[in-house]
Amino acid sequence: MVTSTAIQLEPTGTPREEVESVVVRFAGDSGDGMQLTGSQFTLATALAGNDLATFPDFPAEIRAPIGTTFGVSAFQINFGARKIATAGDAPDVLVAMNPAALKVNLGEVKTGGTIIIDTGTFTARNLKKAGFDTDPLEDDSLDGFQVLTMDISKLTTEAVKEHGVSNKEALRSKNMWTLGLIYWLYDRDREPTVNYLRTKFAKLPNIAEANIAAMNAGHIFGETAELPGDMRGFTVRQADIAPGLYRAVTGSEALAWGLAAGTKLADLRLVLASYPITPASNLLHILAGMKQFDVVTFQAEDEIAAVCAAIGASFAGSLGLTTSSGPGVALKGEAIGLAIGAELPLIVVNVQRAGPSTGMPTKTEQSDLFQAVYGRNADAPLVVLAASSPANCFEIGIEAVRLATKYMTPVMLLSDGYMSNASEPWLIPDFNDYEPFPVKFATPDLAGDEGFLPFSRDDETLARPWAPPGTPGLQHRIGGIEREDGTGNISYDADNHQRMTDLRAAKIRGIAKDIPLQGVEQGNKTGKLAVVGWGSTYGPISRAVGNMRDQGYDVSHVHLHHIWPLPSNLGDLLAGFEQVLVPEMNNGQLVTVLRAEYLVPAEPMNKVNGQPFKISEIEDAIENHLDGTSGEAK
Amino acid sequence: MNAPAKPTALKAKDFASDQEVRWCPGCGDYAILKGVQKALADIGTAPENVVFISGIGCSSRFPYYMSTYGFHTIHGRAPAFATGVKLANPEMDVWLVTGDGDGLSIGGNHMLHALRRNVNMQIMLFNNEIYGLTKGQYSPTSKQGTRSPSTPMGSIDRPLSPVLFALGANASFVARAVDTQQKHMPGILQRAHAHQGASFVEIYTNCIVYNDGAFSSFAEKSTAADGELVLEHGQPMIFGQDRDKGIRMKPGAIELEVVQLGVDGVTEADLLCHDETNRVLAGLLGAMHNPEFPVAVGVLYCEDAEAYDTAVYQQVDAARAADGVADINTLLRSGATWTVGD
Repeated sequence: MVTSTAIQLEPTGTPREEVESVVVRFAGDSGDGMQLTGSQFTLATALAGNDLATFPDFPAEIRAPIGTTFGVSAFQINFGARKIATAGDAPDVLVAMNPAALKVNLGEVKTGGTIIIDTGTFTARNLKKAGFDTDPLEDDSLDGFQVLTMDISKLTTEAVKEHGVSNKEALRSKNMWTLGLIYWLYDRDREPTVNYLRTKFAKLPNIAEANIAAMNAGHIFGETAELPGDMRGFTVRQADIAPGLYRAVTGSEALAWGLAAGTKLADLRLVLASYPITPASNLLHILAGMKQFDVVTFQAEDEIAAVCAAIGASFAGSLGLTTSSGPGVALKGEAIGLAIGAELPLIVVNVQRAGPSTGMPTKTEQSDLFQAVYGRNADAPLVVLAASSPANCFEIGIEAVRLATKYMTPVMLLSDGYMSNASEPWLIPDFNDYEPFPVKFATPDLAGDEGFLPFSRDDETLARPWAPPGTPGLQHRIGGIEREDGTGNISYDADNHQRMTDLRAAKIRGIAKDIPLQGVEQGNKTGKLAVVGWGSTYGPISRAVGNMRDQGYDVSHVHLHHIWPLPSNLGDLLAGFEQVLVPEMNNGQLVTVLRAEYLVPAEPMNKVNGQPFKISEIEDAIENHLDGTSGEAK
Repeated sequence: MNAPAKPTALKAKDFASDQEVRWCPGCGDYAILKGVQKALADIGTAPENVVFISGIGCSSRFPYYMSTYGFHTIHGRAPAFATGVKLANPEMDVWLVTGDGDGLSIGGNHMLHALRRNVNMQIMLFNNEIYGLTKGQYSPTSKQGTRSPSTPMGSIDRPLSPVLFALGANASFVARAVDTQQKHMPGILQRAHAHQGASFVEIYTNCIVYNDGAFSSFAEKSTAADGELVLEHGQPMIFGQDRDKGIRMKPGAIELEVVQLGVDGVTEADLLCHDETNRVLAGLLGAMHNPEFPVAVGVLYCEDAEAYDTAVYQQVDAARAADGVADINTLLRSGATWTVGD
């Protein structure tokens, strides 16, 4: 374990320029190790005491043809001395490891931003592969940017020469050379990366030392080389962050841990049955490594088998969990209906991606809200929750377990590809602070004179008793055919079906009494404009609303975590605003639900290009809705 | 779960639920229900530790008629639900009830994987070679040319053999029984129960409404002796009303042939002895059809193989032994952390 204390480093060498926040994007070929570079820079930045947010953006192809634009992998980090809400709109610094990376990312870079280029890859062949007709280093493509060119390939090869690695292996250290340069640029500590490399390559010490040498060479290059213009190193001061023990966490990690933690609070075994699918597979990988936590994982033969095995596990007294993405959830629909009818706990995680059909598996979207709330045959209500950030996944995971077990119901938990892969610093909670909610299985004394009634109900929650096989005297049969109220026996009685349909709906609706009232993240509880979000749009909405409020606009941020049932006060809350704006990475789903439920004139704001919202996009929308009428707030 | 002391000798009727059985009068399923209840009584298992899981179809109503735990699930997916039950609680005695449509058409994939994984349960596939509940369409086991509402000119697709499917799926136990042969079937079910792993039992079941008499060439009292070969491990393959016919390997070929004892100098010593552990032989026996051959019933194949659920919990136990703490707080603090001071 690496436990370090963030310390304010004294500027070294030439005086450094102080900046409040910076966005850096590392971009290269998918084999160039950009994700690793990004994650190491993230750790070093966290250790330097900055707040941060990251956005990994990688291609669907595992190893796309080298040098092509569709093989470009990027990692963006936004860090600063202030609270960081998103991975940043436009990079201040772009590292382009080859022409394709430049081609794909140039349009995003902030005007006047810095572009660091490995000229060693700018060969005629690579330029052609990237689709450049002329060499951008020679023409006016890069006018208006501060361009830093060097032959990183050659510099790296020279730096690692003494470690006796092959030329191919040497070139694989290019990312570390670049990381070293960026470490110098922002005055980051190299030691954690040194430790990381020595651990990762413990069995290949010459590879570890070559990578370290490359990183050090990049750092020295920054210190000694004469950089163009007035370019010099920067200082980013520590952010004002709540004290405590931190770690970086991705949404996948936090969700897997939250689900395991919740299951522990419920005093159950967790059985995860899943089928590999991007971008949800990480949940299976992480939980497969947690067997010591009474977690059983099962890679099923398909999506349907996965959800069915999870339901079977719940029937047998464990908590059944299945994890997937939209297309997989579509396949699970019939079985989820069975879990609703049989009233068994079940958690279905949907790590959303761009669709429909296969869509863009590695690109993010939040377009499965309708699927989650309505996407089954017949009247089939369940609970829908949505996490809002990587760290929030931990809390939502626990909440999903609580509701599924307390109300004997499936819970659909929505994450997305962005949240799943992005990481953020997390003030690690103390698990002892969480109130346990142990499940109470039905006991043999429940079998009264008329026998055990598996479809009797708790007066308050309307939940039915959970009597797993193995419990003496409570043998019962359940199934997908309509169940008679009380006994659960097959029933085709018309009145009974009406009653059971009503009960299933009332049970889910009643959960609104057991979830927090909807609050306002920022701003007043009534006013001119409420920006209502859900899911991973939290970051950009939060920063945009904050910025606009600083400018005097009367705007509030409302963010939903409970999508179904909706919080009981939400209708009244929204009625208190003149306008309601709903930014979503879909074509207008929550906005339709809100309009249907509350008859509020909520307006959509939609984006489905596979990228998260930019802060500026939401700021512009707020300004348009308020006609530039700032200064009337408060 | 508390496993109470074994109750005093339960009878077959103690495994019947209070629900009225609603199969068509004369349906083969009645006989199987009776056979299963008898088998469970003979096994002497406690009803609370038994779980019947089914998919959709006539046969899949089965769990409602048992006094055990039961789950009537969705079409074709019973093997996946059953696997989930075993993952959650490997102590449960799981019986799966399915049909030729449920188990081999819509659920063929799940059947394949439950068998190859060797999940410890008994799989009873009621094969009536027809869709009953949806009113008579042909099924994946229907003989070619079957006229049904969906194939008025006769079915064109070639049927599959459930036992050959199971053998191909690397099943560790494959057997066959006939609904009405009540002296034979409970014993086969007991064997299936005793086997550790996925025990596949095809049960020929007569659908009196849509496919009556499909198995009359071997399944009836008058035809069984000549139409059926009852397999016994280690015993020569003799059949026929007069016990005068047998099965042997055809000289110079990898195929079986029917021979008449005492004709052309054929003696019992020339006949094949059944070897349950021989997968190739099981395949040859499973492929025998009337009228050229008798239909083989009994245990075609049985091998010792580790059950999936046993192996799953060996890994869980090993992980626990390696990290006895399994503390959530430790987990959250694993890897790189840093402290932000006051």
